Amino acid sequence: MNRIAAELGPRLARICGPANVISDPMELATYECDGLTAHRCRPALAVLPATAEQVAQVVAACAAAGVPFVARGSGTGLSGGALPDADGVLIVMSRMRAVLEIDPVSRRAVVEPGVTNLAVSKAAEPYGLFYAPDPSSQQVCSVGGNVAENSGGAHCLKNGFTVHHVTGLEIVTPQGELTWLGDGTGAAPGYDLLGAFIGSEGTLGIATKIVVRLTPIPEAVTTLLAAFTTMGAGGTAVSDIIGAGILPAAIEMMDALAIEAAEAAVACRYPEGAAAVLIVELDGPAGEVELETAAVRAICEQAGAYEIRAAQDAAERAAIWTGRKSAFAAVGRISPAYIVQDGVVPRTALGDVLSAIADLSARSGIRVANVFHAGDGNLHPLVLFDDADPAAGPAAEKVSGAILDLCIEHGGSITGEHGVGVDKARYLPRMFSPDDLDTMQLVRCAFDPAGLCNPGKIFPTPRLCGEVPGVRRAPHPLVASGQLEQF
Amino acid sequence: MTPAAPPAKLTTACPEVRPATPADAVAGVAPRYVAAPATEAQASALLAAAAGLGLAVLPRGGGTRLAWGAAPARCDLMVDTWQLNAVLEHSAGDQVVRAQAGVPLTALARVLAEAGQRLAVDPADSGGTVGGLLATGVAGPLRLRYGTPRDLLIGVTMIRADGAVARAGGKVVKNVAGYDTGKLLAGSYGTLGLITEATFRVHPAPAAASYVSLDYASPEAAAAALLGAARSTLVPAAAELDWPGRGAPISVAVLFEGDPAGVAQRAARLRDLLAELAGAQARATGVSPEAGERLRTGAAPPPWWGRGAAAAPDGTVLRIAFWAGRLADVLRAIRDAAVQAGLDPAVSGSGAAGVLHAAVPPDAAPAAVAEFVTGLRAALPAGRSSAVVLHAPAQVAAAVDLWGAVPSAGLMQSVKDQFDPEHRMAPGRFAGGI
Repeated sequence: MNRIAAELGPRLARICGPANVISDPMELATYECDGLTAHRCRPALAVLPATAEQVAQVVAACAAAGVPFVARGSGTGLSGGALPDADGVLIVMSRMRAVLEIDPVSRRAVVEPGVTNLAVSKAAEPYGLFYAPDPSSQQVCSVGGNVAENSGGAHCLKNGFTVHHVTGLEIVTPQGELTWLGDGTGAAPGYDLLGAFIGSEGTLGIATKIVVRLTPIPEAVTTLLAAFTTMGAGGTAVSDIIGAGILPAAIEMMDALAIEAAEAAVACRYPEGAAAVLIVELDGPAGEVELETAAVRAICEQAGAYEIRAAQDAAERAAIWTGRKSAFAAVGRISPAYIVQDGVVPRTALGDVLSAIADLSARSGIRVANVFHAGDGNLHPLVLFDDADPAAGPAAEKVSGAILDLCIEHGGSITGEHGVGVDKARYLPRMFSPDDLDTMQLVRCAFDPAGLCNPGKIFPTPRLCGEVPGVRRAPHPLVASGQLEQF
Repeated sequence: MTPAAPPAKLTTACPEVRPATPADAVAGVAPRYVAAPATEAQASALLAAAAGLGLAVLPRGGGTRLAWGAAPARCDLMVDTWQLNAVLEHSAGDQVVRAQAGVPLTALARVLAEAGQRLAVDPADSGGTVGGLLATGVAGPLRLRYGTPRDLLIGVTMIRADGAVARAGGKVVKNVAGYDTGKLLAGSYGTLGLITEATFRVHPAPAAASYVSLDYASPEAAAAALLGAARSTLVPAAAELDWPGRGAPISVAVLFEGDPAGVAQRAARLRDLLAELAGAQARATGVSPEAGERLRTGAAPPPWWGRGAAAAPDGTVLRIAFWAGRLADVLRAIRDAAVQAGLDPAVSGSGAAGVLHAAVPPDAAPAAVAEFVTGLRAALPAGRSSAVVLHAPAQVAAAVDLWGAVPSAGLMQSVKDQFDPEHRMAPGRFAGGI
């Protein structure tokens, strides 16, 4: 048994019950990575608390022992945010999955962090409400994870991201104290610590209760699939739709390679010979949706769409989305391995960037399938390679990194929704200056001066946090743990 | 007494520095110097110089909300942003605008309108600047659909207290790279640094607007109407109320924006919904819930629309936030606390969004206002509400806890200590004694 397990194991077992503390290396293997499977690391210990108080006590124990800790939701993250620390504790939140309260008149719900994203919408459905952020992994991903990454999803162009739909958080601070950020109103006085915490990738504390905003389920939805013979034509359609003042609920685009993969995987039967397909979803009051659907059809035809399908019912709508939703996994059919990239460019630069990616692909001989949220310029290039060839992985990484450089060059971002995590920390300095990163880390120092909360994520160079005089919110950890008396 | 000449350190950093005049005082606290940097580099050098001299700094935009918050504990250098007044980039196709902090909101609106777009925030007074909007975090009726400035902010540049230039976010709507320091700056009253630039997500300006208004006799009836509208599938852009005094009816108005035909349709459907609600209440209580003027629809807002914090510019204005479902209870709590204190405030605001303003005239006795505020805070749901005094006459401000309790005050103090260890950025103005 390793040192950490020996030191902390019994203490954590007293807090969470021995069945909920895992030290066996074979069992720990389950937790050695999240959705970014290229990075694996077993924690020294894993613990599964059931209540916020248990989480607080676990964190306090880690803090007292100077042991780093990482929180894990459903383990579906794509940036290694839940990658454990080899000398640390992994705090798995999946037992905390209760929907605690639904207040339909206030349009709020209070949920535990382990609740899946889709489960929130399911719980709200009887009230005619839903939870708007809808990552593709919503059947599995946890709301706590969504909070950490500020997750978006296909419908975030219109509906916003997690930060727009969470109005209060109970958190455990890295010192092991329970406290509230915000109060559920969305208008709490003081600093917007809530807004800073959301998207901080688990580095500022652990959320234990989440107050979400619920949205009325739209009265009408139409989903259109339009096929184009060139990517450029598809891009033109997107620009024209936005330019017409229409704000679709979603605009997704896939290129020929992505379509080929999806077809092989789920037989989605997208129009044959399409160089690009556009999926446009419009929702809202029935009258508006009807008007906008007609307008979008006309725009797509104008831009050269050779086939346009409109879903007539929920089944057809699901069928159109199946291809898009399966795309990531589907490329596994046409390639032994692949890198899922996540970058953003201004929508007006999409055409140029896609051409540049095609050039990159042609020059390197590495295939890239493109799936993206065309409405907000969030690209998900899928860089395909054969991992049987030892040189192929690094070559694919190079192409993947070059795509991120393209995004930065065009005024975009290195990550639209997956997060920086472990994978992109080295790219952050290409987007931000040392002073920019230093200032961000002031926030980290405010929450976690000891640097124990999900360390090594986001920032390539951790900032040393000086002890700030006069700021003691709680007894010194050694006093709190009973190891010292203070007179 | 002749004003002291600004120290050379300041004038070297920023040519436009002058001694302050009595007109520059904020809540009776007079600065010594006023500086107006013309560029980001000057702003950076200026704050670095101020740090070297140990000066307390107070940013000023349009000066429209300087009276908000507590009086500054110290103020040596007022930093004006009027020279940082360029709209740097407006990409209509990307629905993004990047503007310097000193850009007046009216100027920004004009630039956006030329491309058929708008910044979806409608605070009561539009005499402010981009920086001021962000620093005070004010919003108006559109908050129901679009949120507050922090919800529309996608990038920010600030000057730290030590003069360092720091950016966060970017120019694209979808961006999760790094921490979102912009969110922290929103509503921070200048206590974390000087905002020099902000990038916002903009929306298409709506082609048409329709306001459906009706008056009600009771808080319960008004709340049912507003919350029913907000929860419907009609997607109102705003749902507001106005209750000028205890004896008056409560006016309710709901705004629809969008395509002209669509908007007319939704307004008609809301009328049906409101009639249905009123009918149900009449049957339940035996009395019609309506009062005052009958239901009407129009393209123009009612005269009281969006008055918010501007309702009593020289008086006391509270901003009350709560979970929207408690609207009727909160309205009653406000009236009860007011009656106890012998006051009759005008109440208005975004009832369906859980934010209201209560305005008390300037001649109200400070002790009465204090009693009202304390009584109201005690009656509001604990942990799920707040009542902040946005501004008040000097004697009232001295008698009242302006901010009230804030969640995680200790963490806020830690953030402040990291960003401004010497406590020179607008000291004493903010919540939690910051």
